[in-house]
Amino acid sequence: MKIRFLYTQDCPSHEEALRRLKDALKQEDVTADIDIVRVDTFEEAEREHYLGSPTILIDGRDISPTQDSHYAPACRAYRLEDGRISPLPPMSMILKAIRSAKENLKSNR
Amino acid sequence: MSKLKIGDEAISFNLPGVDGTNHALSEYSGKAAVAVIFSCNHCPYVRAWEDRMVQIQADYAPRDVQLVAINANDASKYPEDSFSKMKERAREKHFNFPYLRDESQEVARAYGAERTPEVFLFDKAHTLRYHGVIDDNYDDPAAVKAKYFRDALDAVLTGTQPATTETKPVGCTIKWK
Repeated sequence: MKIRFLYTQDCPSHEEALRRLKDALKQEDVTADIDIVRVDTFEEAEREHYLGSPTILIDGRDISPTQDSHYAPACRAYRLEDGRISPLPPMSMILKAIRSAKENLKSNR
Repeated sequence: MSKLKIGDEAISFNLPGVDGTNHALSEYSGKAAVAVIFSCNHCPYVRAWEDRMVQIQADYAPRDVQLVAINANDASKYPEDSFSKMKERAREKHFNFPYLRDESQEVARAYGAERTPEVFLFDKAHTLRYHGVIDDNYDDPAAVKAKYFRDALDAVLTGTQPATTETKPVGCTIKWK
């Protein structure tokens, strides 16, 4: 499982988001290196197709797929299950993405 | 760090609002308290807190408190923060306070604002009495333990010193040109 964690230094939520990702991987018993990428400029954001901080990609898939295509070194908004907006992806979203990736790995064997 | 220190006087402004009218600090000179909040559209911290901003205005309006939100972000790089989008957001979220556009970013620079949202609370003499966050939990309103802004308002309205006069603003950086 390939995991990329992209963040912008100025956005305060990235440390908590990384902690949540690590906790979720542990909960799902997944051992994987996390490729941590810092994105601080518009050029870097364009290159990475970066939708904001934090962004978590699991096997190339964004844990919160979106049609948005504005790439910028900014904080990212996540919609929670109750409709509220948060700067952090909820654990449920991260866990769902990991489980989906595990299923894909199983079915590709 | 903010250029304004606790005890400093508010810096005047005159900025266009989403209601089609310019708003100046001087129009709030009779208010018991004025809170200038640097804000914007795109920032998820603002979006997490903005319902609480609306509620605070509703709760404290009867006590002659006025919130004023100011967006100074560079909309050329962050199009969600354009004036037209500000109008949409104010309508969508039923903003009950002025939402002003600081296109030149002069007001934000003068205040020393760095983040969104960032609260500058002034008393009836327009003296800065509290600066910082709205409360201690952007993620979950039900888990708030420290209502810094509300507590500061309560203190200012009774003529007492807020227990906490400064907190570190939490949010997105202001997007400078």
